[in-house]
Amino acid sequence: MISKRYAMLKEMHILRSHGWQYVPNLKRAELNPLFRGRPVISKTITPDEISRLKALCPVQAFVDEPFGLDMGKCVFCKECQYACPDTIKFTNDYKIAVTRRSDLIVRAGQEQLSFDLGAVRPEIRRIFKHSLKLRQVSAAGDNSCEMELNACGNVNFDMGRYGIEFVASPRHADGIVITGPISQNMAEALQICYDATPDPKLIILVGSDAIGGGMFSDSPAINRSFLNENHVDLYVPGNPAHPLSFINGVLELIGKQ
Amino acid sequence: MTSNDFIDISNAQTIPLSDIPVIDYPRFMACVTDELRQPANHCLNYYGVADGNRYWFICCIACDETHRIRLYSHEAPKSITSLDSLTPECPQLYIFEREIHENFGINFDGHPWLKPVRWPFDRHNPDSNMNNYPFYAIPSEELHEVGVGPIHAGVIEPGHFRFICNGEKVLHLEIHLGYQHRGAEKLVAPGNGLQRALLCESIAGDTSVASSIVHAQLIESLAGIEVSQNLQLERCLGLELERIAVHIGDTAALCADVAYQLGQVVNEALRTTFINTTQYWCGNRFGKGLVRPGGTHYPLSDDILREIRRVLGDSGKRYFDIADRIYTLPTVLARFDGIGSLSHEQTLTIGAVGMAARTAQLARDIRKSHPFQYYSSFHHQPVLLETGDVLARGMLRYREVQQSVELIEMWGKQWEAMPHHVNPPVYDYRLRPASFAISAAEAWRGELCHTAITDADGNLIHYKVKDPSLHNWMALALAVRNQEISDFPICNKSFNLSYCGYDL
Repeated sequence: MISKRYAMLKEMHILRSHGWQYVPNLKRAELNPLFRGRPVISKTITPDEISRLKALCPVQAFVDEPFGLDMGKCVFCKECQYACPDTIKFTNDYKIAVTRRSDLIVRAGQEQLSFDLGAVRPEIRRIFKHSLKLRQVSAAGDNSCEMELNACGNVNFDMGRYGIEFVASPRHADGIVITGPISQNMAEALQICYDATPDPKLIILVGSDAIGGGMFSDSPAINRSFLNENHVDLYVPGNPAHPLSFINGVLELIGKQ
Repeated sequence: MTSNDFIDISNAQTIPLSDIPVIDYPRFMACVTDELRQPANHCLNYYGVADGNRYWFICCIACDETHRIRLYSHEAPKSITSLDSLTPECPQLYIFEREIHENFGINFDGHPWLKPVRWPFDRHNPDSNMNNYPFYAIPSEELHEVGVGPIHAGVIEPGHFRFICNGEKVLHLEIHLGYQHRGAEKLVAPGNGLQRALLCESIAGDTSVASSIVHAQLIESLAGIEVSQNLQLERCLGLELERIAVHIGDTAALCADVAYQLGQVVNEALRTTFINTTQYWCGNRFGKGLVRPGGTHYPLSDDILREIRRVLGDSGKRYFDIADRIYTLPTVLARFDGIGSLSHEQTLTIGAVGMAARTAQLARDIRKSHPFQYYSSFHHQPVLLETGDVLARGMLRYREVQQSVELIEMWGKQWEAMPHHVNPPVYDYRLRPASFAISAAEAWRGELCHTAITDADGNLIHYKVKDPSLHNWMALALAVRNQEISDFPICNKSFNLSYCGYDL
């Protein structure tokens, strides 16, 4: 009896010292300044800097007319900022999920990303606003995005408070969340999983690898034909994507205040 | 064997290619069998290189007790179709012979099962397909099969597990991997310096710091770059932070699987504090970008060290409180104790590394046997446990977190007392021509090993990556034999092996 009572006291002590780990407001939480989020490119960038940046970028993420950085290709290594610190800067803004692939390109001088509501299918907000169950498919992800998606449901981020959850079966899901560049060896399983998800369903791409192939975009071992044939509803960049990027993107998508 | 048969090198050393003796295959078999008969020796890597009109096979044998890595090699014309297998004598080579078979189509006579390893894009037999592979089967009226994956119930990487069960009891588990194959290893050599570093840190995103250290010290050795003592210390500090974070996360997952919710949520929150500390240091929760060849963009500062100490003191203490509770709680112990056991003999046979080895009284730890970076400044004593079960693998994490906390506290003081040299990363390095280099490090799972070969002009022409999971998936298959199939999740989580590190 005594030892049982002691055990209970010990658990109470643990709970008490555990304190309040919950992030109260996921929309206003602030990340430390070094976090690599939305990049900003100076309007005054010179042709010389442009050619240096293009030669440096390991994934050819810079685009022309007007000059910009494609966050869908970027692996957030930040080497461009170290090469041209006055011209390009990664801010700690984690609200970087968008609904159109082309909106991931940050042009010189651009200070905000556009979240195009016109690209959101009306049934998404009508049906999924109060409850969204997702099936995650890792298709050759490096396990960092997968761990961040797991963290979305943990005691800190607790996206379950909004009715958003990962479920065990595609049969129970309203959509799939893909991580990784999609390997040839995983292409068939991904298709089967998508087919097994009932309509209406959405597709979310999470992380540099899933959106643009990341470091593996030219690898002969990947097969991205699934993305040519299906409409993607949300792009969440990052290497890996931060839980706050994912949760805020999904909330915006389903229109949850 | 005589000293003409091999060459001894140490961790992170570069040697001329011509220094590696090439011996005939019967001699190679005799020497390697002799070496691997010693319990302190294990195969660090054994692989083939396509070189002109020949295949060149390099076998690296590491000794747990000396700082030595012994290289043997043999060669064969590309027309070769078969070789005698070493696996019957040295079972730990089974996976390496399977890989050579898959890449080059060489049949190893006497090998029990030349199952493909990962179905790489450039496999020798393109007709072999992982979706129509015939699984091992036991014809029987009483037995049944259970197939799990590639997509699992949780948010984890893909892999297929095929169980053959008698009632609830597992007789056999076949582990079927390759879904994660991205061609990562093949992309390293053709890339530039920055691309190589980025590829290596994404081989397994949960082991980014360790992978980057192995890659950086390999490049530094090949390019003759010296790095400062404080940088070596900072790298090791990052590595131990990674170890602490993953070990605590694994403890949460183990608790979740036995429905001990307090253990789960407390550990999840504690892991967050450690990965956020890594983010405070380098802007990334997984330490991506922290370690680069030649230098770093993220030198340690007094401010960061203060934050690390604060988290170690606060979260470290809270982890020890909950871990004390977990490993004395009867409901948890009843599920962990004696489940998924791996014996000392089994770990020796399969050449297990890392946690799987150390929980079965096998002192295999690169930090001790082949010290790298700042670990060479002292004698590391690995934590050893005896029982080889889920409980031991849980307890080992607890004890290793304690050890890592002590190491970081010690290094913090040493760092403050030493001169600080800060250099940016080096990507446009020149590598020594016609050379071979090897680099190994003890990641939280176990030893990582990268090797590289350069041509006469100093171009990187071959890069080989080995994840500890290559050895240890077999440990999981053995551990679940004769267990209830319902204990598979805790067995699997107690090993927490890498899919992408294995599939490359």
